[in-house]
Amino acid sequence: MKLTREEVLHIARLARLGLTEEDVGRFREQLSNILDNFEILQQVDTMDVLPTAQPLALKNVMRNDKVTPSLAPDDILANAPRQEGGCFRVRAVLE
Amino acid sequence: MPDNLAELTIHQAHELLKGRQLSSVDLTRAYLERISKVEPEVQAFVTVTDELALKQAEAADRLLAGNGANPLAGVPVLIKDVMCTKGVRTTCSSKILENLVPPYDATVVERLKACNAVIIGKANMDEFAMGSSTENSAFFTTRNPWDRSRVPGGSSGGSAAGVAAGEAVYALGSDTGGSIRQPAGFCSVVGFKPTYGRVSRYGLVAFASSLDQIGPLTRDVADCALVMNAIAGYDSRDSTSAPEPVPDYTRCLNAELKGMRIGVPREYFVKGMQPEVDKAIKAGIEQLEKLGAEIDWEVSLPHTPYALAVYYIIAPSEASANLARYDGVKYGFSYQAPTMWESLEKTRQYGFGAEVKRRIMLGTYALSAGYYDAYYLKAQKVRTLIRREFDRAFEKYDALITPTSPTVPFKIGEKIDDPLQMYLSDICTLPVNIAGLPAISIPAGFADGLPIGMQIISKPFGEETILKVAHVYEQSTDWHKRRPPL
Repeated sequence: MKLTREEVLHIARLARLGLTEEDVGRFREQLSNILDNFEILQQVDTMDVLPTAQPLALKNVMRNDKVTPSLAPDDILANAPRQEGGCFRVRAVLE
Repeated sequence: MPDNLAELTIHQAHELLKGRQLSSVDLTRAYLERISKVEPEVQAFVTVTDELALKQAEAADRLLAGNGANPLAGVPVLIKDVMCTKGVRTTCSSKILENLVPPYDATVVERLKACNAVIIGKANMDEFAMGSSTENSAFFTTRNPWDRSRVPGGSSGGSAAGVAAGEAVYALGSDTGGSIRQPAGFCSVVGFKPTYGRVSRYGLVAFASSLDQIGPLTRDVADCALVMNAIAGYDSRDSTSAPEPVPDYTRCLNAELKGMRIGVPREYFVKGMQPEVDKAIKAGIEQLEKLGAEIDWEVSLPHTPYALAVYYIIAPSEASANLARYDGVKYGFSYQAPTMWESLEKTRQYGFGAEVKRRIMLGTYALSAGYYDAYYLKAQKVRTLIRREFDRAFEKYDALITPTSPTVPFKIGEKIDDPLQMYLSDICTLPVNIAGLPAISIPAGFADGLPIGMQIISKPFGEETILKVAHVYEQSTDWHKRRPPL
C-alpha cells in the first residue's frame, strides 16, 4: 500500500508540520515502506488481550494536597521568544 | 598519582580523592585537558561546562577534607543533553532547543549535585533521542573512539563515546529502545537501563513516556552500582516513578553464580547477525557456565519478531504527542510568520530534523481516526503478549542473555538513508523497553578491534541479579580494561 500525496499532507496538517515538496515525496516512500512492515502484527491473535499503556500498571497516582514552591514567573518567561507584561505573546487566533 | 587519570573508574578516583592523593580540582583539570586534546576527533560534547565543573570541584574538595563523602563526590560526569540542567543549555541536539536554558534541574541532576558530583559537560545525541548513531544530531556526528570512521551508536552516543575516550569518568544516558545499551556495546563501556519507573524521569525531555528510562554509562560494573545508588528511587514529581525501596547495589558485587539460572532466547540470535558477534556472545555464555551458572540454550520467546513493529508504532505515537509542545511560543526556536498557523508549521518545519519529522508523521498516522485500532491499539495488545512471555520466562530463569546488537559499530553514513535498516540495529534491545525490564550491556569482546556488547536482562526490579551476573563475568575477563587508541 502506498500513501497518497493527500494522505501525507493530511497527516502533516494534523501534526502542524510544514513540509517541502521534496519531504512529501520522501515521506510517501519511507512511511509506506515502514507501514508495510507493520502488517506483520495482523498475524498475531490478540482476541481477549488487554492493551498495555505502560509497564508498571499503576493506577490513579495521587499526590498530597500540599502547597509547594513553584518557579518564579521571570524564570518561566526567560526562554520565551516573545513576551509582554508577564505573559507569553502569541499570534492572533481569530482574524 | 596514576599516569593516566583518563582511565580511572569512579571507585578508583574515590580512593585517591579520599586519601588526598589527588584533589577534585586537579582531576577535573586533567579531564578538561583531555577533552581539549581528544574532542576534535571524538566530538562527544555539545557543551563543555568547564567553569561549573571547576566550581563544583572546589566545593567537593572542601567536603572531601572531612569523612563520609559520597563515592561520586568530586568525580567528573557527562550528562546526555536530554536532561535539564539549571542555568546550562539543554538542547536535545535539536535546532528547536538550541538556546534553551532550563530554569530547573532534572531529578537525576539534582541527585548527582547532592552527591557533590562534578558536571563536566552535556553529551551529543540523536535529536530528541531518536536514532541509533548520533547522525541525527542537528549539530554534528560523534565518532566511535575505537574507529573514527564508525558511529558510536545512539542515541546516547556522546555519553558512551565520552566515557570510552576518557573525557569523563562516567555518564548518564537515556534509553527508550536501546539508547544506553547499544552505544555502550559499540564503545565497549557498561550501559545500564533500569526497570521502567526505577529512576525518575522528571526533567528528562520526553520522547516516548511509557518507554523512556535514565541510566548510567560507566567503565565497569562496580561504578554502575555506585551511580544506581545515587539516582534510583521514588520521586513524587514523576507519577510513573516506582515506590519500591532502593537496595545498596554495591552489595551485588563479588557474588556467587552457583545456582543462577540463565536462559538464552534463540530468537535473539537473528538471521543477518554478524558471525563474530554470535561467537563472542556464545563464548561469554560458556564463560558464565564455567563460573557456575546453569545455562538453558533452548529458550524461545516467539513474540520477539513482532517487537520492532510494536516499538515503531508505540514510540512514534507517544513522540508525536510529546513533541506537540514545541510550538515556538513558550520556549525554543520560533519562526515569525504573519499568521499563527504559519508560524507554528514553519517553526516545526525548520526546528525539527528529518528523523524527528518522520517519527512525528508515523505517530500521527498511527493515532489518527480510522487507523488507531489497527496500529496503536493492536501494538499495545501485542505489547501485553511480549510482556507476558518475559514474565513466564522469568519464572524459570533469573536472567536472559543476548547480544546487545547484531553487529559491531557500522560506518558513518552506512544506514542514514534507510530508516528501516537503522531501526533494525536496535532489534535486541527494543523488547526490553516494551516490557519495562532492566537490562545491561557489558563489554564482551572485539572483532577486528571493534567492540561487542553482551546484554543481560532480568525481571522488573531485578537490577541486583543483573549486576551480580555482570560483575562476575566482567571480573573473569579483561575486555573492560581495554582502551581505544586515541
